[in-house]
Amino acid sequence: MNKIIEPSSAVDKIFSGQTLMVGGFGLVGAPLTLIEELAKRDVNQLTILSNNLGEPGQGLGLLLRQRQVKKAVGSYFTSNWEVGEAYNQGFLEIELMPQGTFAESIRAGGAGIGGFYTKTGVGTELGERKEVRVIHGEKYLFEPSWRADVALIKAYQADQMGNLTYHKTARNFNPVMATAADYVIAEVDEIVACGQLPPENIVTPHLFVDAIVQSRRMLTREGVVDR
Amino acid sequence: MNTLKEVIARRAAAELEAGSIVNLGIGIPTLITQYVPPDSIFFHTENGLLGVGALEPNDYDPLRVNAGKLPVGELKGASYFDSAASFGMIRGGHISVAVLGALQVDAQGLVANWAVPNQNIIGVGGAMDLLVGAKKVIITMLHTTKNNQPKLIASCTCPVTSIRPADLVITERAVFRRLENTWYLTEILEGNSLDTIRRDTAFAFDILLNFRERKERPL
Repeated sequence: MNKIIEPSSAVDKIFSGQTLMVGGFGLVGAPLTLIEELAKRDVNQLTILSNNLGEPGQGLGLLLRQRQVKKAVGSYFTSNWEVGEAYNQGFLEIELMPQGTFAESIRAGGAGIGGFYTKTGVGTELGERKEVRVIHGEKYLFEPSWRADVALIKAYQADQMGNLTYHKTARNFNPVMATAADYVIAEVDEIVACGQLPPENIVTPHLFVDAIVQSRRMLTREGVVDR
Repeated sequence: MNTLKEVIARRAAAELEAGSIVNLGIGIPTLITQYVPPDSIFFHTENGLLGVGALEPNDYDPLRVNAGKLPVGELKGASYFDSAASFGMIRGGHISVAVLGALQVDAQGLVANWAVPNQNIIGVGGAMDLLVGAKKVIITMLHTTKNNQPKLIASCTCPVTSIRPADLVITERAVFRRLENTWYLTEILEGNSLDTIRRDTAFAFDILLNFRERKERPL
């Protein structure tokens, strides 16, 4: 089994109007090669689930600037000022979620759980109009799970089957997003032969991964550059 | 010469007990790492690292950052995990202390630290999860706004972050502890007076100077 494909054929799987999950905490652990490949396509009206929308013109900020994003679902869009601007001008819908609720709703989606109850958000503006249930004497909010058509994730190493390992805090949302989409594309820095990754070190087992692409862009001290 | 923020961070650092698991918010809390003895505290960052350390000059890695997306180091015994596991640690009560900044804290102990009225609400991050889940919440903040208006007020005018009250507020002038639903002024920082603290604090408080927290003895 060999799931390695070119970035250009990987994004052939993405169509206008779809819901995408995109890994990363800002640009750290974001699939920068896949995002830039998607930016070359006439694909728009996307709903993007990602903690942030990159930085101005970088990472998912590129898709925002090109008006490819209809709606952003995540926890912290403050770090890209163009998000507030697009929102004010009416080009972008935003669904804001507490970061832990965001992560858990994706975990639940990938684990076949319809939703969950959490204390996070009770009594706040983000909890308005949500179902409240008292459990063990405390108030909890119901949060439905999320799934996506396609997940674009970033890992450190992959073998040809799609077993994945991650590098430091570039892991963040990537392993959970790998579980919660119909088609999962993993952008990785190194591809090794099967058997080269110690089984105990594999974080994402291959059954979650549909395609692997070799990264061509990377995040450095100077910003995003060619590898 | 310490800036006011450094005064607050230094005082907050003294509240942290050796061996505890501490999550630091963005801003003043981030400065706390400078004032704790090496390896005495396990700092947790919600983007997936337990064991945050000072950044060594020859150990820079752009893919190792804290919740403020600033590069950090890692201590011996550090571990990495995904965001769902990280927030499981937070909501599940596995974090001893969260030290957070705030716009306002009110008489009921409620904290507002994620949104300002009449501005776009486009960021919340982990603030709501941390307030709900940390065993102890310490708020570090300047005592007043830039226009010298109180930030410790009767009732929050900014949207609250949680219904869970804070346990402690540390400003550059004073320490307030919340004990049995009442705020107590337990410390006046050097160079400040009770009169000016009273003038610039708009929530009701009792005075309990020289308070010492009772430490649980191990059995």
